Amino acid sequence: MNALASNAAAFLDAEPWRLLVWLAALLGFVALNAAYLVWVERKSAGRFQRRPGPTEVGPAGLLQPVADGLKLMAKQLVVPAGADSALFRAAPLMVIAPVLMGLAVIPFGRGLAALDLNVGLLMIFALGSINVMAIMLGAWASRNKYSLMAAGRMVSQNIAYEIPMLLVVTTMAMVTGTLDLNQIVAQQAGAFWHWNLFRLWVNPLMPVTFLIYYACMLAETNRAPFDMAEAESELVAGAYTEYAGMGFGVFFMAEYANIVLGCSLATVLFLGGWHSPFGLLPGLAWFLLKMYFLVFSVIWVRWTFPRTQFYVLLNLSWKILIPVSLLTLILSAAIIKIPKALS
Amino acid sequence: MVGAPIAPHPAAIAPKETFVLNLGPQHPATHGVLRIKMTMDGEYVDRAEPVCGYIHRMHEKMGENRTYAQFLPNTGRIDYLSAMHYTHAFVSVVERAAGIQVPPRAEFIRVITSELNRISSHLVWWGAFLLDLGGFTPLLYAFEDRERILDLLEGITGARLTYCYYRFGGLCNDVDDTFLEGTRQFIAKMRPRLKMYRALVTDNIILRKRLIGIGPISAELCRRYGATGPVLRGSGVTYDVRKAEPYSVYPELEFDVPTFPEGDSMARYLVRMEELAQSLRIIEQALGKLPSGPVMAEKVPRVLKLPAGDFCFAVEAARGRFMVRVVSDNKEVPYRVKLRTPCLSNLSLFEEASRGLFLADALALLGSLDLVIPDIDR
Repeated sequence: MNALASNAAAFLDAEPWRLLVWLAALLGFVALNAAYLVWVERKSAGRFQRRPGPTEVGPAGLLQPVADGLKLMAKQLVVPAGADSALFRAAPLMVIAPVLMGLAVIPFGRGLAALDLNVGLLMIFALGSINVMAIMLGAWASRNKYSLMAAGRMVSQNIAYEIPMLLVVTTMAMVTGTLDLNQIVAQQAGAFWHWNLFRLWVNPLMPVTFLIYYACMLAETNRAPFDMAEAESELVAGAYTEYAGMGFGVFFMAEYANIVLGCSLATVLFLGGWHSPFGLLPGLAWFLLKMYFLVFSVIWVRWTFPRTQFYVLLNLSWKILIPVSLLTLILSAAIIKIPKALS
Repeated sequence: MVGAPIAPHPAAIAPKETFVLNLGPQHPATHGVLRIKMTMDGEYVDRAEPVCGYIHRMHEKMGENRTYAQFLPNTGRIDYLSAMHYTHAFVSVVERAAGIQVPPRAEFIRVITSELNRISSHLVWWGAFLLDLGGFTPLLYAFEDRERILDLLEGITGARLTYCYYRFGGLCNDVDDTFLEGTRQFIAKMRPRLKMYRALVTDNIILRKRLIGIGPISAELCRRYGATGPVLRGSGVTYDVRKAEPYSVYPELEFDVPTFPEGDSMARYLVRMEELAQSLRIIEQALGKLPSGPVMAEKVPRVLKLPAGDFCFAVEAARGRFMVRVVSDNKEVPYRVKLRTPCLSNLSLFEEASRGLFLADALALLGSLDLVIPDIDR
């Protein structure tokens, strides 16, 4: 019996099967997250607005995501006349695929990652750029002026915010000396002052780096106050105007999956990943706790602030975030290298 | 530094290449069936042409086919958010023409209910405007406060939105203690709420960036298009019908006319926020001075026949100057009813004021005009 179990474990550990199991698990994770983050968002938005939020479907509205999902799936996927049918249908898939792949390198716990890649950080950002192009394709294929304007905004927004984000991530790579997410987390072992965010003796600019990362993450995931791609009071539904049913649903899932990915990466880079601040609970629980705390803060921001204008958003990036993150990069390099050169 | 556009207007570098963006009649930012034909130059508005008439209901013509009493409920439906002011103008023009003396208690109650209506109207605007700017939450807060007013007014008028409380010669019924006590409580509750709105919303940096210096409207532009109300006062002109052509018992009450000279969207925003406080002040005084007595004039004929002539009456509605002109030829039905509504004039300046703005800023400007679409089309 034991031999059978170990045989089965060995079989599942073998490369193709392990990846398949992980793929299924990640798909489930993303789908569940998208569904229940919508519920969390609606519930917390309700609380912020002094109303109960969804209550009707299931206890405390817990079955609401199921009902929403069924509704979306039951709807016809309308391809507008004159739209590029192939691109229009492909765009939602191209939006969600890179996020799933990005999640593959995230270490959810000690040794709990689908792919133990030594350039995990690089891979996430390489794949992350596809997301923008996919939304742009979908908007372009929709043959709708509102979509097109939103696509234009999105591309310039994402270019503007990818630069400070990459600068910040480069800073983090310099500080940690690796692109392997497992190692980055392993370095932060210990109580919470060993987390990168609080390791001021290694680099006093850590909190600045984190803030820039957070702002860029909001912009990259198109969340309020930077939700230019949607901007419903200006551009109706922005890039998603022509999408109905599950086409829209997939975009929606991708948005939440992107938030989860962004917050996971923030947890790994700054908040010590699976490390527990005082030893209770398994590592996975701490990872999820930290990640969902960040996710909640993203939701909180959305329901508190109005939207910025498009040009203010770009100016914020080009005139403030990029110079500041560049300065952080240079100063961090100096902080790391100068003591070494002196000693 | 952050507020300035990043690039010069494209027309400065390359010949214009425009496209037409059809905003409305179903668009989340137009709050009703307003259609704006926008000629866009990229993100810049080249020309924004409002197309009216999607909710034209022939109110003026209806007025010319009905007796005065029959037309009275219509007036509350022209601008459904400030029904009290509109019925006030219509009953007053008839009272002026027929020479009916309204008892002072009725006049005081008219002022109290009108100002309550002004607050509820401004609250709707506030919530909807922030919705335009992408802030969802304030709307629910505004509606919570507005709900209190609606409950109060429902108690005395029987209606929650399209009140027909004022009648020729007074009011249809007197206020009760529940209303008076409830109104006092409302004032006490609303003042700290206004402080909270200031701290939470007005002082928010994103909101300030979105409004300060955006969509400037000069006093001269307002004059050319006949814009009134908060739009005009946000351009530095101290014009308020309650002060300029005093009516009802407003001369007996002390209040300021909030005026901001900047002319930008922020000025219009601040005018309305300040007016909320001023309305509370007016209501408080009117409650203190409320005399006893009847609320209906004696001997108002059942069938009104106004003497032949041309009569006008203007009130300060929530969105500006609303004037009713009635031309009578001594019949039961007026010869002509002309409704001068503030929203049409306020919208008219949009085309000129929005030229060269970014789309997002143009929509902030549109929201700051506080349009009620049925009021434009009548």
